[in-house]
Amino acid sequence: MGYIIRRILIAIPTLFIVVTIAFVMIRVAPGDPAEARLGDYATKEAVEALQEEMGLNVPIWLQYLRFLKGLLQGNFGRSILNGKPISNDLKTAIPYSLELMFTGIVFGVLLGIPLGIYTALRRNALPDYMGRAFSLIGLSFPSFYLGILLLLVFAIKLHLFPVVGGGDLHNLGDNLSHLFLPAFTLGLIMTAYITRVTRSSILEVLNEDYVRTARSKGLRERIVIYKHVLKNALLPVTSLVGVYSIVLIGGSIMVEIVFSRPGVGKMMIGAMKQRDYTTLQAVVAVYASFVVILNLLTDLIYGVIDPRIKRGR
Amino acid sequence: MAEEVSQRRKIMGIFFKNRTAIIGAIITLIIILMAIFAPWISPHDPLEQDVYHRLTPPEHSHPLGTDMYGRGVFSRVLRGMQISLLVGILSVLGGMIIGAGVGMVGAYKGGKVEAILMRAIDILMSFPDEVLGIMIMIVLGSGLFNVILTITILMIPRFARLAHAPTLAVKEEDYITATISVGANDLRTIARHVLPNIFGEILVMSTLWLGTAIRVEASLSFLGMGVAPPTPTLGGMIRDGVDYLGYAPWVSLFPGLAILIIVFAFNMIGDGLRDITDPKLYT
Repeated sequence: MGYIIRRILIAIPTLFIVVTIAFVMIRVAPGDPAEARLGDYATKEAVEALQEEMGLNVPIWLQYLRFLKGLLQGNFGRSILNGKPISNDLKTAIPYSLELMFTGIVFGVLLGIPLGIYTALRRNALPDYMGRAFSLIGLSFPSFYLGILLLLVFAIKLHLFPVVGGGDLHNLGDNLSHLFLPAFTLGLIMTAYITRVTRSSILEVLNEDYVRTARSKGLRERIVIYKHVLKNALLPVTSLVGVYSIVLIGGSIMVEIVFSRPGVGKMMIGAMKQRDYTTLQAVVAVYASFVVILNLLTDLIYGVIDPRIKRGR
Repeated sequence: MAEEVSQRRKIMGIFFKNRTAIIGAIITLIIILMAIFAPWISPHDPLEQDVYHRLTPPEHSHPLGTDMYGRGVFSRVLRGMQISLLVGILSVLGGMIIGAGVGMVGAYKGGKVEAILMRAIDILMSFPDEVLGIMIMIVLGSGLFNVILTITILMIPRFARLAHAPTLAVKEEDYITATISVGANDLRTIARHVLPNIFGEILVMSTLWLGTAIRVEASLSFLGMGVAPPTPTLGGMIRDGVDYLGYAPWVSLFPGLAILIIVFAFNMIGDGLRDITDPKLYT
């Protein structure tokens, strides 16, 4: 329990700093939000009135405090563009992004770990070469390009899946048919990463003395692999899955754009194109929390698998 | 007998690893030559529009087809490759110099300086490349120089982390304490002893991160925030082609293939080098 609390306490300042960076960067960016919303021909009075309405006429530190206070209450402020509360948009967008990321990670783990184990145990044989070539190609693929290829083949040519959109979240079949291709795109890239680290982690453990001891005791190879190798080899893989999931979060933005999925990434790019700075700052805060939560989860899982960590080293 | 087989396997393994690096290097060389000689290889001006040949499929005069303005995709891919390589190489170089410097200074100074620097790096690393890249590009605005600067900033924390730990280790060595105590210029001493130690790893990671840098550039220009049109970028060309995917897929497919091949070649070099420099995988 102490371990969990410690991890959470470490996560809070990170989140705070990241949100602050988002706030500052948006303020540094060129262009006045009020002017941007009203267009080039707005009168000075109109701009000032809008600035007051948007809370931009107060000193920057007060804006910052109000922003933080809002965040704590789950209130992200209003969009510069249309004046609507950003929280509403986020509420509809976040589930689309979360299910995409989650499915992508699950895909990657379920395919990558067995593939990594298999290739490591057949090191320098044909399956190993093929597995390594596959993972190296996967690592080289920009997620949006892989998405476009899958879209072209499976949606446009073969008509197996809907071309774009996010589907209805409350209709399971519709939701899954829209989710499959984007999640598979991210999952394949994730598989490439995980296969690779699993393979090298297992190869490393195979060289350890305790494996040699286990073998020389006359234990059956199967038991050596299951009881001694896998258990130790999969520990570092867990923490790397966390690291690669950050890559996957970045990839999810691109994939949402390719498949026109109405998630947070699409919201972010839309806000960026329209210079909707308040939405942008909210979205960046959301992504930062995704990363922080993800790191926390990785730490916790790691703590569960490896009891040594919990004892506070 | 078993001994001999494993020996042969080992040699085969090393050969394969070397071969990966060598094939990667050959592809990279071809790509660089193509980028350098692009003006002479290109059958058309990459910016020249030709309304009579819009979206023509690959044929003799347009080896990779034309886009919606009748511009030759092949000529544009060559120009895009120049941009990608330029951005990739310069930003990795910049990130390497600044990042390794930051990592070494942090480890050397210790105390508060180190704590602050490494904390900043942790925070930068906790952003996905796309999110941080987009934020920086919004502040800086688009343009070739700003793209290079943005990706340099993304590379700095990676190199800083890489240089940090080995510097700490070297700093503890007795001979360093000895040279410093006799009045040697300390930071320079550290650099002189650390750099040779981490040079191999920096080289390996640089080639891998070159691939990353080129991929990030492509992502940014795909989103429309990289180098501004009409200058062709590979990512921008893919985005242009998305609307015509159903009946003119070549507009998107070939620029994407170019990115894939470039990144793959760098990854092959890095992967081959890593296996050679990583003795753990040998025994």
